[in-house]
Amino acid sequence: MSATAPVGAEEHRIGLTINGQPRSLLVLPWTTLLDLLREQLDLIGTKKGCDHGQCGACTVLRDGKRINACLTLAVMCEGAHLVTIEGLASDGELHPLQRAFIRHDAFQCGYCTPGQICSAVGLANEGHANTPQAIREQMSGNLCRCGAYSNIVAAVEEALPSMNDRPQAPQGGTTP
Amino acid sequence: MTPFSYHKPASVSEAISLADPGSRFIAGGTNLVDLMKENVVRPERLIDISGLGLNGIHATANAGVLIGALVSNADLAWHPMIQQLYPLLSEAILAGASPQLRNMASTGGNLLQRTRCYYFYDTGTPCNKREPGSGCPARDGLNRIHAILGASAACVATHPSDMCVALAALEAVVHVQGPSGERQIPFADFHRLPEDTPERDNQLAVDELVTGIELPPPLFEHHYRYLKIRDRASYAFALVSVAAALRFDGEVIQQARLALGGVAHKPWRVPDVERMLIGQVPCEALFTQAAQMLLQGAQPLSHNGFKVTLAQRASVRALSEAALGAAGRGARP
Repeated sequence: MSATAPVGAEEHRIGLTINGQPRSLLVLPWTTLLDLLREQLDLIGTKKGCDHGQCGACTVLRDGKRINACLTLAVMCEGAHLVTIEGLASDGELHPLQRAFIRHDAFQCGYCTPGQICSAVGLANEGHANTPQAIREQMSGNLCRCGAYSNIVAAVEEALPSMNDRPQAPQGGTTP
Repeated sequence: MTPFSYHKPASVSEAISLADPGSRFIAGGTNLVDLMKENVVRPERLIDISGLGLNGIHATANAGVLIGALVSNADLAWHPMIQQLYPLLSEAILAGASPQLRNMASTGGNLLQRTRCYYFYDTGTPCNKREPGSGCPARDGLNRIHAILGASAACVATHPSDMCVALAALEAVVHVQGPSGERQIPFADFHRLPEDTPERDNQLAVDELVTGIELPPPLFEHHYRYLKIRDRASYAFALVSVAAALRFDGEVIQQARLALGGVAHKPWRVPDVERMLIGQVPCEALFTQAAQMLLQGAQPLSHNGFKVTLAQRASVRALSEAALGAAGRGARP
């Protein structure tokens, strides 16, 4: 294929909510959600690890469900409610999972941590994990090169009960 | 990714009318976007079918279930009706990919995912599936993950899906719509063996769209097992997987299904094996005989001879655990 874009390959306007804020954005069809967040919106908490859906560093929540932002085309996010790591704390207070990750020292270099935490929020929303074994299995989409896994499992296990008290609002974050 | 245009049709017929060899349908995108990043697939147009409303899971008039093509893998696996009536399908889906990918990936897309053969993914090497006629380096190269059954001189790739192995065992029917109307394809006929046209994974025409998957009335709510053997305990493709399902009349096997994943270009079933099991009382000798019959004609490559033994042993274990029953083995779900 030539370097020229085929006919119709122009920018598309999409409307979506990111961390509680409604946004109207112009995106090219091949822009991934990950690149939109990091490059266009400066939300660099979401990390690019493998960029192929294998490591989970780019995990964000779409309508309350965890997804890989690197394999998601931004143009397909029309109407979505997205929450990134930047949207988890509210009213100056860290999310219970953020607190648990700090308390359990559940990271070393920290690069995978935003994805781990967003993934754990998704896991809590899904409500299928209630044993350490199930947490391990259902967190398997998030790799940690430093090997902080045992502390991550401990942090998630500790935070899960306290999260049942919080509303599982898919939008999360604060609304303007 | 190379540039492409984006279209979001409002109806199935509009989606079909937009399709041609330069276009691709996109739903969850978990495989297609990855292939586009790797330059393995370079569509000029993406047709986003996510707005077509094919999101339901409904009981059918004949006591089966119709699953919309856009139902996510996660929603399907955790659906109460599927967990209760088709737990083999839930178990297979939850053995595949990661929670994130299962939230994104669609039922229809799962059927259409491409092989994970290293050479197919590496555009610096020849591959008959990617570039017909260019050759197959896997046949004499790194072929530990490749096929031992049904392969051809042109291609030794395997189909990577877990869900499809269960759907094959459950004898699902694929609902397809094209310009001339709808047709239904029995699961065993949907995917194809590579022969000398490995670029074609299945029977779909370019302008045909999978709209749903129909499950026949449930037979295997109690005696089932999806056993997946892989290089790590979670989030890896199968070296070998087995879907085993049994239905009993007292102690005697009344219905049997046995399908293998990770060994061929499509889920591997041998109807004679399943017929042989009917009317028998389960025992290890019987299941060993079934496993040997299932692997008959296996032609391992230089690095995957282990798969023949592994598939036989996994089949015996899956059948034994299926016979024991979900309650007996403390299965989840």
